[in-house]
Amino acid sequence: MRTTVVGAGPAGLYLAILLRKADRGHEVTVLERNAPDATFGWGVVFSEETLGALRDADPRTAVEIGDTFARWDTVDIRYRGRLLHSRGHSFSAISRKVLLDILQRRCRELGVDLRFGVQVEDAASVAELAASADLLVGADGVHSVVRRTYADAFGSTVEPQGCKYVWFGTDLVLDAFTFVFRDTEHGLFQVHSYPFDERTSTFIVECPEATWRRAGLDRMTERESIAFCEKLFAADLDGRRLLSNRSLWTSFPLVRNRSWHHENAVLLGDAAHTAHFSIGSGTKLAMEDAVALAGAFVRHGDVEAALVDYELRRQPVVERFQQAATESAAYFGRVERYTHLAPLQFAFNLLTRSGRISHANLEVRDPDFVRVLDSWFAHDAAGDPPPRLSVSPPPMFAPLRLAGRTVRDRIARSVPAVSTVDGHPVADTGREMAEAATGGAGLVLVGPVAVTPDGRTTPACPTLHTDAHGAEWRPHVDAVHASGALVGLQLSHAGRRGSTRPPDRGVDLPLREGGWPLLAASALPYGPFHPTPRAATEEELADLVVAFADAAGRAADAGFDLLELDVAHGHLLAGFLSPLTNRRDDAHGGALENRLRFPLDVLGAVRARWPAERPLAVRLTVTDWARGGLTVEEGIAAARALVDGGVDLVHVEAGQTVPHDDPPYRRGFLTALSDRVRNEVRVPTLVGGHLTTPDEINTAVAAGRADLCLLDLAPTPLDQELVAAGEVD
Amino acid sequence: MRIGIGLPNTTPGTDGPLVLDWARRADDGPFSSLAVLDRLVYDSLEPFTTLAAAAAVTTRVRLATMIAIGPLRAAALLAKQAASVNALASGRLTLGLAVGARLDDYAAAGVEHRGRGERLSEQLAYLRGAGDDQVSPPTDGIEILVGGASGQAYTRMARYADGYAHGGGPPRAFASAATRAVAAWRHLGRPGRPRLWGQGYFALGDPERGAAYLRDYYAFTGPFAERIAAGLLTDARQVRDFVRGYAAAGCDELVLLPAVSDPAEVDRLAEVVAA
Repeated sequence: MRTTVVGAGPAGLYLAILLRKADRGHEVTVLERNAPDATFGWGVVFSEETLGALRDADPRTAVEIGDTFARWDTVDIRYRGRLLHSRGHSFSAISRKVLLDILQRRCRELGVDLRFGVQVEDAASVAELAASADLLVGADGVHSVVRRTYADAFGSTVEPQGCKYVWFGTDLVLDAFTFVFRDTEHGLFQVHSYPFDERTSTFIVECPEATWRRAGLDRMTERESIAFCEKLFAADLDGRRLLSNRSLWTSFPLVRNRSWHHENAVLLGDAAHTAHFSIGSGTKLAMEDAVALAGAFVRHGDVEAALVDYELRRQPVVERFQQAATESAAYFGRVERYTHLAPLQFAFNLLTRSGRISHANLEVRDPDFVRVLDSWFAHDAAGDPPPRLSVSPPPMFAPLRLAGRTVRDRIARSVPAVSTVDGHPVADTGREMAEAATGGAGLVLVGPVAVTPDGRTTPACPTLHTDAHGAEWRPHVDAVHASGALVGLQLSHAGRRGSTRPPDRGVDLPLREGGWPLLAASALPYGPFHPTPRAATEEELADLVVAFADAAGRAADAGFDLLELDVAHGHLLAGFLSPLTNRRDDAHGGALENRLRFPLDVLGAVRARWPAERPLAVRLTVTDWARGGLTVEEGIAAARALVDGGVDLVHVEAGQTVPHDDPPYRRGFLTALSDRVRNEVRVPTLVGGHLTTPDEINTAVAAGRADLCLLDLAPTPLDQELVAAGEVD
Repeated sequence: MRIGIGLPNTTPGTDGPLVLDWARRADDGPFSSLAVLDRLVYDSLEPFTTLAAAAAVTTRVRLATMIAIGPLRAAALLAKQAASVNALASGRLTLGLAVGARLDDYAAAGVEHRGRGERLSEQLAYLRGAGDDQVSPPTDGIEILVGGASGQAYTRMARYADGYAHGGGPPRAFASAATRAVAAWRHLGRPGRPRLWGQGYFALGDPERGAAYLRDYYAFTGPFAERIAAGLLTDARQVRDFVRGYAAAGCDELVLLPAVSDPAEVDRLAEVVAA
């Protein structure tokens, strides 16, 4: 078999080694445009896990690589004049030049035909190479010619990701992976740096593009930009210099390919996929690709079968890294937003940015960090200074002060409110509320409860349109209070999503009999077979303001601690907010300011009636997840306006404004939105979005992404043991 | 986790006697369901017609479409077909629906490909009895699954269905889809959890023929046909690993679809599944 590899980076060379090792009859040629000793970039990071994989694949090179590794287990975070350490992370790094030397030597030893100074320039030469070999490997990096030749077949995309950055070296020898955050008049700059041999460290500087332009870096020469960075990070460089090696400011290119092979051409490493440098995985992924591709040829004699095997093994792994890298790149793009966080929280937020480390993982890696973080969090939440040495419960059990109330922990549970046909809550709802409180929730949220009968979602939706309806909640509220939890009521008007059947066999299924006329911002039906609502008149809106305020008064009288106003999921108030559902041409339509008018009127009247010492929340759809709908920026502006109108807590929601929305469902799918609202508006947030474990809550809360989390527990077979244990007692 | 088996209604060489023989063997075997696929422009038997035949010779197994391409049929006709099969099978129908992946199926049916998602939503609302001119027999008792991998598909599933029909792949892919399905279900305010159905292809007797069939059946997906063929389960160990992986990923019902239309495949799979 004859294989031609384009590109003598780590991926291409390592593949050549492994192919020759497996089969000395395999003719392998590597073509490289540069000279053997030319290399760009400084050190590259590996994990212990990767080194293990290399040891299995080729012990000889693994030993040499391992011997030259710089190893450390600490992440240092320099922020606001503080230096924080987190241990237990076990990194290794190696000089890219040394790595290539080791791999080149091994290639020669194994009889790989290495040809340097050979430029593969265009599609025609690629096609020629493909035709003259059994296998053509594109290991030619981010700007791969092989990829560009078959871009359509590969389904290639290349998009810029994250901040502007520049890759320097320095003769400062670090003893940890070091992040530096430095505020300037232009904006925040950050550094990712790590040692890779006994003399040198990699030193990457980055900042958002707007900051980069404000600082004039777009107009500076290489020399000027080095001087700028040396001055900015003088304290961190400790008098050492920044070294340049074609170090130009650039944007990170995110490379993706739907398919990694076409006929007998296959992509490897950066040519196939990139992962943002802030998770330091590019070389690791490239070399693991080589291991997988060489392994596929051991398992399969047929080229097509081997390439399919390689793709099937590698694509899911790479997708997970790209997901984490995307989160990480986005974090560094918005990190400026977190500079109000206390140093410990800032550090934890940084460490958990990509979703690969959680509170529980970090506790295993660095128990001291987590103990101190938890103590800081608990004492900060309680408003008292932490003692020098202290142990505290995890963040989810820290109290939260909201207006004049204190929630005992960060766990909220929601209980669907069910009523008899005339809007009175059924006993089961009361029982579920009490159970949620005894089951650990600090806040029990019950709802939706409609302000008027025509604002019900289903005939089984309770209402608060008379004093008698309000009074019936009293015993249920008392039962929750008896377990020490607070209880909140979600006050709603379903708008055009009203008059539907109970949700046991589907939602948004309109009632065919016994329905009622619907009211909404505009006369647009919600979904298939829905009746068209009437666009509410000014008089009706004025009546609704009164109805909301009266219902709020009744909820207060019933003893509810928290009231949550429903401006979410396409219900009446949210219907005014979204341009997809609000087509009015009066004072309530058009600009966001106008679309907010009615929700703000309702909020004003409710705030006036709801006791000042009890928290008032709003459940807010901050984006419609639909084309032409409310954007996150508008949603955040809406949250800001509502907070200015007296809201103490934002329950961050999204979607359901229209039935054809496109939500990014996964675990914690609302957490990133909660993060934005909390840290841009600076308001406490409550968030759900399929959070099912205490660890997710500890992580979100401790990182400052939310203040309260809705826990969605599903009964497991093991939960039966709880029941059984109760029965034995 | 329950295990179902596919009926080879889209594999070449399937005729009436084979459908009946296959269905009888499946009903006698350790399988909980018997499932069909749906493709218009391909040498295949129409799914509802095939299930009607299977209904006549089975008494126990559930009969499932995994999936049927809803929008190719008018809502009332689809409801009538489904309700009829359900009636003939004494309530054993599980109706899996999705938009399908073939443009040529839409062209042949004379149905616009654009707007297929919204049309499927409308059909689902109709099947749930929301329409103004509902057909009889009623569709009330039919278990409905919805498939698809977009945010819209998960929302549609959570809004109207009883569960989710996954499109196939390794257990890890199923697990990730199942998480999305459950997240959507809870977000839409549905009580409990959706039922989760998975699927995979097997060919225990003649793997080469099975792989060739999959390459042909999925030729329209381009490079993905090879990957689907590479996922074919060709021996007992692969089947058991796959079953174990799906069970661990929270699958409620795993349907193993034949890639070869030889009735002995039912017995081969039965032996592996029962062991």
